[in-house]
Amino acid sequence: MSDATAVGRRTDARGRGVVRGIVRAGAAVRWYTTTLLGDRDYARYVAHLARTHPGAVPVTEKEYWRARHAEQDAHPSARCC
Amino acid sequence: MVAQSQVELVRTDPELPPVGVVERGPAPPARRVGLVVVAVLGAVAWSVLALVRGEHVNAVWFVFAAVCTYVIAYRFYARLVESRIVRPRDDRATPAEQLDNAKDFMPTDRRVLYGHHFAAIAGAGPLVGPVLAAQMGYLPGTVWIIVGCVLGGAVQDYLVLALSVRRHGRSVGQMARDELGRVGGVAALVAVFVIMIILIAVLALVVVNALAQSPWGVFSLAMTIPIALFMGVYLRVLRPGRVSEVTLIGVGLLLLAIVAGGWVAETSWGQDWFTLSPVALAWWLAAYGFAASVLPVWLLLAPRDYLSTFMKVGTIVLLAVGILVARPEVQAPAVSQFALRGDGPVFAGALFPFLFITIACGALSGFHSLIASGTTPKMLEKESQAKLIGYGGMMMESFVAVMALVTAVVIDQHLYFAINAPAGATGGTAETAAAYVNGLGLGGTPITPGEIQQAATAVGEESVVSRTGGAPTLALGMSQVLSSVVGGSGLAAFWYHFAIMFEALFILTTVDAGTRVARFMLSDSLGNLPGPGRRFRDPSWRVGAWLCALVVVALWGAIVLMGVTDPLGGINTLFPLFGIANQLLAAVALTVVTVVVVKKRLYRWVWIPALPLVWDLAVTMTASYQKVFSAEPRIGYWAQHRAFQDARAAGEQSFGVAKTPAEMDAVIRNTAIQGTLSIVFAGLVLVVVLAAVVVVVRSVRAGGLPTTEDPEVPSRLFAPKGMIPTPAEREVQAQWDARAADRVGSVAAR
Repeated sequence: MSDATAVGRRTDARGRGVVRGIVRAGAAVRWYTTTLLGDRDYARYVAHLARTHPGAVPVTEKEYWRARHAEQDAHPSARCC
Repeated sequence: MVAQSQVELVRTDPELPPVGVVERGPAPPARRVGLVVVAVLGAVAWSVLALVRGEHVNAVWFVFAAVCTYVIAYRFYARLVESRIVRPRDDRATPAEQLDNAKDFMPTDRRVLYGHHFAAIAGAGPLVGPVLAAQMGYLPGTVWIIVGCVLGGAVQDYLVLALSVRRHGRSVGQMARDELGRVGGVAALVAVFVIMIILIAVLALVVVNALAQSPWGVFSLAMTIPIALFMGVYLRVLRPGRVSEVTLIGVGLLLLAIVAGGWVAETSWGQDWFTLSPVALAWWLAAYGFAASVLPVWLLLAPRDYLSTFMKVGTIVLLAVGILVARPEVQAPAVSQFALRGDGPVFAGALFPFLFITIACGALSGFHSLIASGTTPKMLEKESQAKLIGYGGMMMESFVAVMALVTAVVIDQHLYFAINAPAGATGGTAETAAAYVNGLGLGGTPITPGEIQQAATAVGEESVVSRTGGAPTLALGMSQVLSSVVGGSGLAAFWYHFAIMFEALFILTTVDAGTRVARFMLSDSLGNLPGPGRRFRDPSWRVGAWLCALVVVALWGAIVLMGVTDPLGGINTLFPLFGIANQLLAAVALTVVTVVVVKKRLYRWVWIPALPLVWDLAVTMTASYQKVFSAEPRIGYWAQHRAFQDARAAGEQSFGVAKTPAEMDAVIRNTAIQGTLSIVFAGLVLVVVLAAVVVVVRSVRAGGLPTTEDPEVPSRLFAPKGMIPTPAEREVQAQWDARAADRVGSVAAR
């Protein structure tokens, strides 16, 4: 094995490491934004229902959000200055 | 090294992995060295800020001083508060765990909850106050923002959150009633209501001042309404639950609206339609507030909230990176002549108490207690996380305030005063403004009318003279910082309107959410009255909802109108009232906390909440006293009132800044309203404090009193405590993960 290929392989490995790092950071940002804004709330509700009431049929995602907003309509929360 | 620190595992059920990890003992050597480095760097940064004279300080030192102080305070002071007062127990289930309904009660990842909590507490407040306070120089404001946060604001937020978590997430008003009795409770509830009204009004006034006579700004902000409606319908009908998708589309449209605003402002029809006078804008805002508070949440409020959450986090990161990359130099003095004499044009009064009133949000903000005792405690996974969310969340807001101060002190100081002095002083044109600010004795190179005009033209505005309220100054400073990083002078106008837009966006979110909350508070109170009022209790009675919304909007709308037509300058007279109101709310919250600490007989540590409480009472009561009793017309509302009344009685046709008899009447009326509000606010809070004193005396005599803490429920859930899990926490988490995988496996096998 020549030195050049070894170096090449090492740079390759480092390159892959960087790519993996970027992919992981991207996934983290995506996870954070979607969780913060509420994309995962419905899935969470389905899991919650399965855990607390096994066998119960969850409402559709549309129905779930209607109920969430109705709840917000009835119990407003303040935003600060 | 691991052996040195003692790790105790907390269990509630022998079948389950531990539900908590308590780690005691000294920190590992690497972390101790790190803390020493942070402490030294912080000390150097503070020395630079405090001692360098005669040459320009670099803005980066503000960032270092702030961040290093937060790190040390979080590591030591927050920990002291935690171990002596809060005493979190991770074997107790939080309300989120107990009442989990996957809706409002929902255990939420601590990092996500941090974002939620921050988005709910921080808005335009920490951006506006520090900008106005910059008239006293950079040092007093910086010291108060940082020290006020670590000893006051963060302590309040943390303790209120901890209290509410042990009380099913009850609100600060309800807790006041439970802990202080009926009189204190009712006074606290009324105080919360009136304080909310003044808060909405002053924030709305900031928007009006930023957008008046600015077709570009008005167009961009008006566009946020159709954008929000579109997002609402998209989520309701087209793709329910795809929140981040629609938010990204919304942010894209928002940026387009900012760019398009520049085009529209060039056209003659754009100028015709979107150049609005302050009075017209105030009416539009009131109409908007009414509509937003009676329309269903999904249509306008929820999508706006997504947009502003996203923009909040995004812009603050942008600003921090901008300051660190651009490293601008500070133009303001450390302590200005106005700080010493107390006769500055931006707000009147001496450093004590008025600096501490002007900067409320970012240092000590009572309004946070409504969030820390509302939504957030219902989402907390573990009691021990309250420190990260409550104390840590406030540190982030304080950091935002420091950055806002930086943007105001890096712009030319002559320009700063030309923008922030009321029109009565500057005369409203570039020529008169230049003459006025050059006569202030600011030192340095005098400004020419051409330079003032150039500053406006560069950001695509007609004029920047007397654009009070803080938002235009912040936008100008931000545009200066960001355009030196991205885009150069070509993008200066874009960045200016970007900053105006997000401030207005935050404020409108506060205005509509606040109007809604106040509407509910009003209908609840009316519903509790005997007789026909009972009907108000039914939330589905639309007539009742509209009536209450109308009353709330009329209350704050009247104050906004009063502010925009005030010959003395609305911000100048109303902002102190806003600061006083906000900090009086903090006094109510800290009083409740202190009473609970006394009831639990933690006498040795009662100084922790009592220190900010006593300081806050000293500030707010001195300020209220001066606002009511000062013989100096520029400070005392009633002194001003009498001066104008006397002039009117003497038959004068103009007096001071009031050029006509009608304007004189306006001043007489406005000062009477402002003076009365000052008395009402201070009176209500004194009632709360007196009620608390009675309870404290009773408790000490009885050797402690029971509090209204919920009974214990054992927890069956684990989550790490801080932002980054410790090795021991990772181990426990792995046990929970293995258990979950096991159960999924066994279900699949069946």
